Amino acid sequence: MTLALPSAPAPAPRRQLVVATALVVSAAVMLIAGMLGMWMRFRAGAPVRTSADGLEQIKDWLPASIKIPEVAANTMAATFPFAALMAQWAVYASKNRDGQHRSLALIITGVLGVAIVNAQLAVYAQMGVGISDGAYQSMFYAITGTMLLLVSGGIVFSAVAFFRSVGGRNDDSHVITAHALYWYFLTAAFTAVWFFVYVQK
Amino acid sequence: MTTIDTHVGVSTHTTGSSFVASVGQWVTSSDHKKIGRLFIGLSLLYAIAVAVIGALIGFERINPDGAQFFDADAALQLTQLHRHALVFGLLAPLFIGLAIAVVPMQVGARAIALPRLAQLGFWGWALGTDLVLISFIANGGPGGGSSDMVDLYLLGLGLSLAGLLAGAVSVATTVLTSRAPGMGLMDVPAFSWSALMGSVASVLSLPVAIGTVAYLYVDHTYSQTAFGDNKVINTWLGWVYAQPQTFVLIVMALGVLAEIAPVTARTRQPLRPVLLAGIALITTATLGAVTQTAHVLDLSGTTGDKLSSTILFLFFNGLPLLGALVTVAVAMLSFKEGRPGVNASFAFALLGALMLLAGVAGSFVQHIGDAALVGTSFGEGVTAYVVYGGLLAALGGITYWAPKLWGVVLDDKKVLGLAGLGFIGVVLASLPLYVAGFADQPVDAVNDFDYSGPLGLWNVLAGAGSAVIALVVLAYVGLLFAAVRKGAGASDDPWDAHTLEWSIPSPAPADNFAALATVSSSEPLLDVKPSQEVPA
Repeated sequence: MTLALPSAPAPAPRRQLVVATALVVSAAVMLIAGMLGMWMRFRAGAPVRTSADGLEQIKDWLPASIKIPEVAANTMAATFPFAALMAQWAVYASKNRDGQHRSLALIITGVLGVAIVNAQLAVYAQMGVGISDGAYQSMFYAITGTMLLLVSGGIVFSAVAFFRSVGGRNDDSHVITAHALYWYFLTAAFTAVWFFVYVQK
Repeated sequence: MTTIDTHVGVSTHTTGSSFVASVGQWVTSSDHKKIGRLFIGLSLLYAIAVAVIGALIGFERINPDGAQFFDADAALQLTQLHRHALVFGLLAPLFIGLAIAVVPMQVGARAIALPRLAQLGFWGWALGTDLVLISFIANGGPGGGSSDMVDLYLLGLGLSLAGLLAGAVSVATTVLTSRAPGMGLMDVPAFSWSALMGSVASVLSLPVAIGTVAYLYVDHTYSQTAFGDNKVINTWLGWVYAQPQTFVLIVMALGVLAEIAPVTARTRQPLRPVLLAGIALITTATLGAVTQTAHVLDLSGTTGDKLSSTILFLFFNGLPLLGALVTVAVAMLSFKEGRPGVNASFAFALLGALMLLAGVAGSFVQHIGDAALVGTSFGEGVTAYVVYGGLLAALGGITYWAPKLWGVVLDDKKVLGLAGLGFIGVVLASLPLYVAGFADQPVDAVNDFDYSGPLGLWNVLAGAGSAVIALVVLAYVGLLFAAVRKGAGASDDPWDAHTLEWSIPSPAPADNFAALATVSSSEPLLDVKPSQEVPA
C-alpha cells in the first residue's frame, strides 16, 4: 500500500544554482587557502644564508635572477574588481529585466576574464623561467596555474550566461546571481594570491 | 535552470532492449538512484579487493624474511595502496553513493539537485580510482619505481577527489534546496542531516587535498625539488588517509544508525534535536581538528603547559568522540521509548557504529603522549575500525533501502548472520593491530621488524579478519544479486518506516514522487499511520 500524504502545490523556485555555486566557491576558497598556506610554509622554511660580504641574511626562496613583472600582476589585480563590478551590473540589469544591458555586462565580464588570462600569460613570458627550474618556480606555476584554471571557469560561466541572456532567458536571475558570486570569489582569491605571491613574493 | 529535473529516463529498469542500450542508459542516466547504485556497486567491489590486500599484508608480516607475496621494496606501495583503497576506494564513495541514492527520496525531491554534476562525479571518481590502481600495478604510487606512474597516481588521486567533491556538492545542494514543502532544515531525516554534514565537511576539506596534489603533481613531474622524490610524497598526503580526516567520512554511518534505530523500535526519535546536534558536533569538531597538526597530550613541563596541552587535546580529540557517543546513545534511546527488536539492517548499523566508536576512541588514546602509540600499527587499527565499521553501517543502510533501490527485501536471517560474521571480521582485522601497536610494531611496514612471537599471531589474526570481511562482502553481494534476479517484490513500506521515501512504490520510480507531499513533522509517515507507533 502506498501511503497518501496531503499533496502540496508546486514549490516556490529554490535557487539551486546559487546554493551550488556558494558550495563550489567555499570549496575553491579552501583550495586557494590551502595552497597559499603551503606557499607560506615553504617560504618560511626556506634556508637562510649569509651574503658574500657577510652583512646580509638571504633567504633562499625567490632566486635573485627572477624578476616578477609587477605591471602585469598589478593590472590583473585591478582588472578583477572591474570584472566583479560588471557581473554585479548584470545582476542589476537582470532585476530590471533589461536584457540588453545584462548581455552587455556579461560579455564585458567575459572579455575582462580573457584579458586577465592574457596578463597572466604575459607574466609567464616576461619572467622567462621554466617550470622545472626549481622549487620556487614549480610552486609559482602550480598556484598561478590553479588560479588560471579558476578564471577560465569564470570565463566559461560568463559565456554560458551571455548566450542564455541573448537567447532571451529573462527568468535567469539566479544564473546571473551565481555568476556574480563566482566573480566576487575570483576577485577575493586573486587579491590574496596577488598579495602573498606577487607582493610579498 | 529548473528546480526539478524530470528528465531522468522513463524507468529504473531496462525493458529488455540490447545490452549496448542498457549500458548506454547506465552510463548516461541522470537518475540519482542509478548514479548511487553505480557508486555503491563499485565501492563494494573495491571493498573485496581492499580486504584481500589487508589479508595479504597480515600474512606477509608472519615471516618477513621468508616466503613473500611481494618484493621487500614494494612494502611502501602495498601499504599506501591499502590506505588509498580503504579511504577513497571504499569508505568515501560508499557513503557518497548511498547519499546520492537515498537523500532526494528522503527529502521529498523528484530528483537530485544538479544530476549531471553527480553523474560527472561518479565517472570522475571511477576513472581516477582506476588510474590510481593502474599506477600501482605499473610500479607507481608513493615509493614507486616508475616516475611516470607516480605522476599517473597523482593525476588519478586528484581526479577521484574531484569526483567525490562533485558528488558531495550535489548531495548538500539537494538537502538545502529541494526539500518537500513544509520540511524545514531541522525536519530532515537523520540520514539526510548526516549526509548534509558529511558533504559540507567534505566540500571544505577535500579541496585542501586537491591543492596539495596540484603542487605535488607539478613539482614531481617537472623538478622534484620542493616536495622530494617518489619515496616521500606520501608524507605530504598522509593526513588525507588518516584520522581525523576519515571521521568526516563516517558521519553518514552514524546517520544510518540514527535512521534505522527508531524505525526498528517503532517509535519517534526521542531527543531528536540532541541527535542532530551530536551529528553536527562530530562534523564540526573533526573539521576543526583536520586544520590542525595532531595534538598529542603532553603532561610534561609547567602547569600552564599541561593545561594548554590538555585543552587542545580534549578539543581536537575529545569532541569528535563526544559527538559520536552522543549520536549513538541518543539513537539507542529509541529502544527505551519503543519496542525492543532486531533486524538485519539494524544489526549491521549498530555493530558498525560500535566499531566506529572503537576507532574514534582508539584515535583518542593514540594521541595520549605517554602511551607512545604514534607511529605504531595502532594507527592502522584505528583506520581499520573506522573504515570497516563504516562498511558494516553502509551494508545496514543498503539492506534498509534495498526495497527502494532494487525493489527487494533481503533474507533477514541470512543477512543477520552476515552482520555477526562481519562484526567478528572487523574485530579480528582491527583489535590485534591495537595490541601490536602497544608492542611498538611500526605503522605501514611489513619488513625490517621482528614479527616473531605473539606479534606473529596478532598479524595472522588481523589478516584472517580482513579475509573474513572479504567473504562477508562477497556473500552479501551474492545475496543481493540473487534477490534482484529472483525479483521478489518488496512492498512499498516493508519496515513501517517514518520518512517520505516509504510513501512511494518499491522500487522507486525514476522521478520518485508523482505529486509532491506536504510535510508537517520530521516523521511524516507516522503522522498518517499513528496506529503503528508505540506510545511513549
